Amino acid sequence: MTHFRRRAAFGFTAAVAFGSGIGEARAEDALSGGDTAWILTATALVLFMTLPGLALFYGGLVRARNVLSVLMHCFAIACVASIAWLVVVYSLSFDDGGAQQAWIGGLGKVFLDGVGPESMSGTIPETVFFMFQMTFAIITPALIVGAYPERIRFGAVVAFSLVWLVLVYAPACHWVWGGGWLADMGVMDFAGGIVVHVTAGVSALVLSVVLGPRRGFPHEIRPPHSPGMVVTGAAMLWVGWFGFNAGSALAADGNAGMAMTVTHISAAVASLVWAFVEYLRFGKPSVIGIVTGMVAGLASITPASGFVGPMGAIVIGIVSGVVCQYFTTWIKFRIKIDDSLDVFAVHGVGGIIGTILVAVFAAPAFGGLGLAEGVSISDQLQVQLIGIVAVAVWSGVITWILAQIIARTIGLRVSEESEIEGLDIIAHGERGYDLT
Amino acid sequence: MKMIIAVVKPHRLDEVRSALNEIGVHGMTAGEVKGYGRQGGHSEIYRGAEYTVNFVPKVKIEVVTSDELADRAVEAIAAAAKTGKIGDGKIFVLDVGKAVRIRTGEEGDDAL
Repeated sequence: MTHFRRRAAFGFTAAVAFGSGIGEARAEDALSGGDTAWILTATALVLFMTLPGLALFYGGLVRARNVLSVLMHCFAIACVASIAWLVVVYSLSFDDGGAQQAWIGGLGKVFLDGVGPESMSGTIPETVFFMFQMTFAIITPALIVGAYPERIRFGAVVAFSLVWLVLVYAPACHWVWGGGWLADMGVMDFAGGIVVHVTAGVSALVLSVVLGPRRGFPHEIRPPHSPGMVVTGAAMLWVGWFGFNAGSALAADGNAGMAMTVTHISAAVASLVWAFVEYLRFGKPSVIGIVTGMVAGLASITPASGFVGPMGAIVIGIVSGVVCQYFTTWIKFRIKIDDSLDVFAVHGVGGIIGTILVAVFAAPAFGGLGLAEGVSISDQLQVQLIGIVAVAVWSGVITWILAQIIARTIGLRVSEESEIEGLDIIAHGERGYDLT
Repeated sequence: MKMIIAVVKPHRLDEVRSALNEIGVHGMTAGEVKGYGRQGGHSEIYRGAEYTVNFVPKVKIEVVTSDELADRAVEAIAAAAKTGKIGDGKIFVLDVGKAVRIRTGEEGDDAL
């Protein structure tokens, strides 16, 4: 099994660029202390994105009576995803699937069977690779929390996230990064534009349709209760994203350095563009707007981060700042879907933008680090589109079926009375704030 | 004695306090409240979406004065709180039957 790495970045175009993917560990690789140290660090950074980054980002966007429920969703999902990853999801994602390798990984690494301190995955211990990828499996269902706050049952969150990881995340991760059929086609997804953002974005959209909107949607919705908390969480996401993208180089090298550079540039550009567009539309650049632009810029650069140069990052940042903002309004007010915290518009659309544009801006003519040998921009574009559509359809269909089953068994939604009361007290018996 | 209840724009609180101080009113109770009058709320924009906010943040001030000071206090509050724009607020005056200073037991104007 080949250990896919992005040597294309350095003109080693003989190796096809795949992304974070890795097949079976290659025991003959010597351990690199530098690589190992960096991926251990990146793992901590990516966990930090969810806890507390995303939790605070989402928590500040909801009403005061629901803030704890959102923190709880993110925290509980982190725990559930970690256990699921150990039990079966890692194996399904990255173990050799044998005859089924194109579609799904095997069960050889259930409970990390056969993996010890000596097991290697390229130049790092397999345990480190396992942990690094686990943090991706944590944040992806946590992103979906933004689709259903203020009205979902806690049991539904746990059940959905658990099954979703097995049925949606594991296959998508395997197809792109585990040597599955999309990897065979040469799809480019450096750090999760497809695996993380398309899966989470599309699933969020479908789940919010099945769940239905919050009371009073669209115009009677209460605004974010703590914009300061939103900014705090967003800033943590930015910092954590360095681990997400630069860690996906799976090495402490120049590719990681460039990935970090373009990640940062795209975030800065998209933030300013979002705020500027708001200024043009409403006369005021908003705080919530500038940090949402940051998230859009980061989501968009994610699939492209190891393949493009700074100029590509600037263009990707500009496009995401404009297009993702358009979609936030379009989803909520034109097609009236209450994807409450704009998971699809920001993460889904952002991931799609980057997944498409990487085919263009990876080309050396556009300042990129190179496509695989003999592959033209239009060839790559076709592969990228197939990847987006296949993963989007899979995510959407499975999410829809799963949501229907949960709705008919444990129930998806709380009563109207409970929704008015707020999920903090109803589901958890606590209050976020006691100001008396 | 009169109780003056004024609901004013939050950013006018300091001016109101100064104006009352100048005419010899040296105590007040103030708190953040939300409500609406003819203004009927306002809208705020988040991520390109317009949200209706039915209750507008205001400051509610409660002052108890002697009968002779009451009218001047009302004028002082009105002058200090006025911006001339919608949502400047309202002032209500109520009769107060009794006032007691807890520490000393003084009553009436002496307790103010």
